[in-house]
Amino acid sequence: MVTLGDYLVVSGLLFTIGFAGVMLRRNIIIIFMSLELMLNAANLSLVAFSRARLGPNGLPDYNAQVFVFFIITVAAAEVAVGLAIIVALYRARQTTHVEDISTLKF
Amino acid sequence: MIPPFLFWTFALLLLVFGAAVVLNRNPIASALSLVISFIALSALFMSLDAFFIGIMQVLVYAGAVMVLFLFIIMLLDLRAEERRKINVVATTGGALVALAFFAQLYLVIGQLRIASQPFAPLPPKTDDVRNVGALLFSNFNLPFQIIGVLVLVATVGVIVLSKRELR
Repeated sequence: MVTLGDYLVVSGLLFTIGFAGVMLRRNIIIIFMSLELMLNAANLSLVAFSRARLGPNGLPDYNAQVFVFFIITVAAAEVAVGLAIIVALYRARQTTHVEDISTLKF
Repeated sequence: MIPPFLFWTFALLLLVFGAAVVLNRNPIASALSLVISFIALSALFMSLDAFFIGIMQVLVYAGAVMVLFLFIIMLLDLRAEERRKINVVATTGGALVALAFFAQLYLVIGQLRIASQPFAPLPPKTDDVRNVGALLFSNFNLPFQIIGVLVLVATVGVIVLSKRELR
């Protein structure tokens, strides 16, 4: 049988992959994709908890699914703005490598 | 509920292609791996009887967001990055922090009592689109309107950011 724990472990692994991507990669586009992976890992655990915690009428807890809907919408807006910022940055510096962008580095 | 064989197939697809996103040197290969990873995740959503969220995942992420990513990669004409000197301290540190995070999460999930119980069956003919929609337009009506404003602000912001010179 597949249990809630299995979904949570898969979600945790996906979050870890995204986290490692943010920590290890230096290409700003890959870092952005890893952020999307982390958001999706959070969505997976939310939906899994929604399915596991049935309400009094035997239906899943749909509040969590509405929350996931909001996360997907905000993530889409975030991607649009973030990619526009990356394009502006590329115009100014001709690079997407984070180590080449160190003006604010102390 | 989903048969364990299918669950592990899609979970493996999700994780392998998720890892491919991080490990690939070529940004286009990363983006295409991310598409497959999102589609596998959508299958997992549907296995949890969240059909609406699964469809949203394919439409918004695998459709709109990934087209945006590929378009930007094309626009910037990014090639596979050349090898640079790896910062050993940062790499080991990052990997250690990620592993420590997963180990801690695994211990917490192991102690969760609800995590080891199988899912209870749903009543037949559960209409999840209707239920999510009803909740969205009653209890969460104000957040829904605010999200609309947020998307408008993002659209205007992207246009302003994409202009060649700001006045």
